[in-house]
Amino acid sequence: MAAATITLEVLRYRPGEDQAPVFQDYQVPYRDDWVVLDALNHIKDEIDGTVSYRWSCRMGVCGSCGMMINGVPKLSCAAFLKDYYPATVRVEPLAHFPIERDLVIAMDDFMQKLSAVKPWIIRKDEQPLSDGEYRQTPAELDRYKQFSMCINCLLCYAACPVYELEPRFVGPAAIALAARYNLDSRDQGRGQRQEIVAGPDGVWDCTLVGECTTVCPKDVDPAGAIQQGKLFSALDWMKSVVLPWGKR
Amino acid sequence: MRKSAEPFWWLLFATGGTVAAFLVPVHILLGGVALAAGVTREAFAYDRILTLVSHPASRLYLFVLISLSLFHWAHRFRYTLAEGLHLKASWLPVSVGCYGSAILGTLMAAMVLARL
Amino acid sequence: MSPFHRPPQFNWWVGNRAFTLFVVRELTSVFVAAYAVLALLLLRNLALGRDAYEAYLRWLVTPGMVAFHIVALVAALYHSTTWFALSPKAMVVRIGGRRVPPRVVVSANYLAWIIVSVIVAVIVLRA
Repeated sequence: MAAATITLEVLRYRPGEDQAPVFQDYQVPYRDDWVVLDALNHIKDEIDGTVSYRWSCRMGVCGSCGMMINGVPKLSCAAFLKDYYPATVRVEPLAHFPIERDLVIAMDDFMQKLSAVKPWIIRKDEQPLSDGEYRQTPAELDRYKQFSMCINCLLCYAACPVYELEPRFVGPAAIALAARYNLDSRDQGRGQRQEIVAGPDGVWDCTLVGECTTVCPKDVDPAGAIQQGKLFSALDWMKSVVLPWGKR
Repeated sequence: MRKSAEPFWWLLFATGGTVAAFLVPVHILLGGVALAAGVTREAFAYDRILTLVSHPASRLYLFVLISLSLFHWAHRFRYTLAEGLHLKASWLPVSVGCYGSAILGTLMAAMVLARL
Repeated sequence: MSPFHRPPQFNWWVGNRAFTLFVVRELTSVFVAAYAVLALLLLRNLALGRDAYEAYLRWLVTPGMVAFHIVALVAALYHSTTWFALSPKAMVVRIGGRRVPPRVVVSANYLAWIIVSVIVAVIVLRA
């Protein structure tokens, strides 16, 4: 009896060789405990060593293996073959990003936006070392914890139609991470982030499609972060209009 | 327009959306569907409605309902056009068309309600 | 050897259920605005006198307008239900250090909606 197989339709792009991306089919063994990443590793090890893709932890915490699986942004280590078998599985690089090679995308745009929101604790005044740590109650932690779970996998950017149409949009993950620090009781840097968050191409570009939250593998809810950002920014704006002499 | 006025239009959109979410369904039900079914014919008699609407509280209520519904549409439609037709939401003709219509409607509502 | 840029698709919202429903949701605002205009017309005809007003009411119950009202009602209901479902995203309510569960916020919105609708109906029908 022949062993069960499943077909993977993988988008290939070899810079210098291909004018445009082209699909290539691979038949891999079907195992009901395999994920798409296992199938890709099998292809690379046994069938075609030229296929390029990112991966690392294979357990959904590193954020490296984001891809479009049948048109849906997913971590390839979290997409089980048994959910697609016996149909063909179409594997493409994450949408809305330039393709470097095969399934590897260029994420320079995101890296630039991430640094722009200053995702670190900003202090106006540093406590002296003798005062010890900056302490935080469980309630204070609860305010930002959800947004801190982001693994920068970029599935949210691949799901966002606004990012597709307006590449200058800062995007879900960057805004969620700005929110993570703005809501952290130890941080004093909200004013420094507002220029990006409340600026053109910040929260105001978002129309609450909500797909970013739907595809997020870590339940960060970036759509929620953006909506809260709109409310905070609107309240800031009202304060600046009504009390122009008040300090930020 | 984008940097400074965006929060203003969004606040109108958000307030309008909330007002519309709570109030528009019952108004459509009473003034449209129920009216057609003959259920509310007496309630909508000329003298009765004129008295009801002429009250200052009613005028204010109707002004807010109509105006905010229009501003809710204006902001939302502006972005729908941008996403559907691949225009920039910052493109001036779209903004002027949408917000301009809402402003016009608001002025007309004010005039009508003031003179009732 | 620069990276390959895939162009944005105009039909991004076609063929994807979530995106199509999103566009439908956004277009409900057209019906909300249309109804605001009808309300304005009612008030204007009211101001013009009994004959104008009664002629307007007769127009409102013609088959075409009734069909419009039914579609508008469905659109308005879709706006309301999606608006309430998304309200916890913008409004984070914290009591005693813990966040109020989103479904409580949603339920509170529905309760307020029912109460407000009943009040309006009572005023319009009985005042």
